[in-house]
Amino acid sequence: MSTSMTNDVPAVRVQGVTRIFAARKGSGVTALDDVSLTVAPGEFVSLIGPSGCGKSTLLRLVADLDVPTSGSIEVFGKPARQARIDQDYGIAFQQAGLLPWRTVAGNIELPLELHGVGKAARRARAAELIALVGLADFASHYPDQLSGGMQQRVAIARSLAESPSLLLMDEPFGALDEMTRERMQNELVRICAETQAAVVFVTHSIPEAVFLSNRVVVMSPRPGRIRSIVSVGLGEMSGRGEDLREDEGFFHALSQVRELLHGDEAGINPTGVRGVETR
Amino acid sequence: MRTAQPGLLQIVLAPIVFGVAVILLWQGLVTGLAIKAFILPAPFAIGAEFTANLQNVANGMAVTGRNALIGLVIGALLGIALAIVSALARLFDGMAAPVVAALSVVPIVALAPVLYTMFGAGAETARQLVAALAVFVPVYFNTLKGLRMVRPVHRDLMRAYAVTNWQATRAVTLPTALPFVFTGLRIASSLAVISALIAEYFGGPVGGLGKSITSAASSSNYGLAWAYVLGSIILGLAFYCAALIVETLVTRNHTQHQ
Repeated sequence: MSTSMTNDVPAVRVQGVTRIFAARKGSGVTALDDVSLTVAPGEFVSLIGPSGCGKSTLLRLVADLDVPTSGSIEVFGKPARQARIDQDYGIAFQQAGLLPWRTVAGNIELPLELHGVGKAARRARAAELIALVGLADFASHYPDQLSGGMQQRVAIARSLAESPSLLLMDEPFGALDEMTRERMQNELVRICAETQAAVVFVTHSIPEAVFLSNRVVVMSPRPGRIRSIVSVGLGEMSGRGEDLREDEGFFHALSQVRELLHGDEAGINPTGVRGVETR
Repeated sequence: MRTAQPGLLQIVLAPIVFGVAVILLWQGLVTGLAIKAFILPAPFAIGAEFTANLQNVANGMAVTGRNALIGLVIGALLGIALAIVSALARLFDGMAAPVVAALSVVPIVALAPVLYTMFGAGAETARQLVAALAVFVPVYFNTLKGLRMVRPVHRDLMRAYAVTNWQATRAVTLPTALPFVFTGLRIASSLAVISALIAEYFGGPVGGLGKSITSAASSSNYGLAWAYVLGSIILGLAFYCAALIVETLVTRNHTQHQ
């Protein structure tokens, strides 16, 4: 994998990317309009915005599940397509997307199996990841025997299977209830601190974005553009715990993101803004 | 989560009690109202004929069952293979769709007289082909549907893993289609028996259940005719249950709960 990468090669570099979806009639829909973004190695960046702002489209472009109309995307200094072929990222979607005919362990082993990892190594890695996401008692269960939160934990374990240096997550907690969601966020913070991976995280929850991220990218819809980037500055991943949700800095960043989302940029006190890059 | 299974008592005992009650009621009505045998024979009379002619009924079941089984295998293999081709090649799908649609509305057993003239009235081939055609339609449609049920999130996942087409087919497409293939086979299993049996009414060699039913009825041996009907019910049930058991075993964990 890309652990040997030097720090000056960004995990993700998006430059002037536009994506226009062709329509039957007319000029088509501009999902993303001239978007540029850089994610440093080990950095946690959230993409937030109302539906139609192109946040999921941007993530799919980075994953090379879709191709930009113009502009360039590099992952660890390579074109996105090459990064996908080299398996430089792990990915998790809003739906867990587990294979129902495979057990928890079988699902986590899937990417390893497809990429020719030997049976013993596969077993060992799956056991490790199952412990990491706290499902040790469920290794031989099938997905339909698990709750939504547990299924999503399996999906996250699967995305970590090949120790990627970049994790792409498209609203992975979107379908979960609020309590499960907060617990999953705490676990993700712990996992990220352990794996040191860079993360691009799509969400429509403001507290989720602020709690998890080093930087929050606020996007606006039609056409999808980056309105602003908020540096949250709540400290190291390893230091983030449940009490952070009561922290003053947390609430400050929260209201900052909220005001940006509502398009009320004039309402932000300029002296109180730390590290906001207004584009 | 799985729902609780009803008790063994409920599964086994309830239908037995119901069946015995129906037979007793039937027997009572036939003797009580003195219904003539050519209208409706009494169940005990049918039972007596069935046990007395057990060997003949069993022979009939073997002949018809063999035709149905050969038809089932040919039709299923053809249906699955062509469905895979249709799923892979849009052009072929476009060409095959009207033909298969036409096949599905033709009363296939009506082809039997034509097939008897093609393959000769002394051979079982026509019956096997009728069964195969009847099987082909549901297997083809169900398999094709299953092959197209791959969820977008699984397709994205396979692309993200940068695997070959064949790896994706084996890892996701075929297992997704499997429950649909077996649903098709379950429907087809009873169709195979029915078609093979009805095809016998239109000609061909004697020995099967269909021929035996008509010849017993035409010689006024109504009890025996019904004994053969009982044999064909048992044969149809055997096919259906076998298909159901295989389906349950193979697709235990293939259901997608969302």
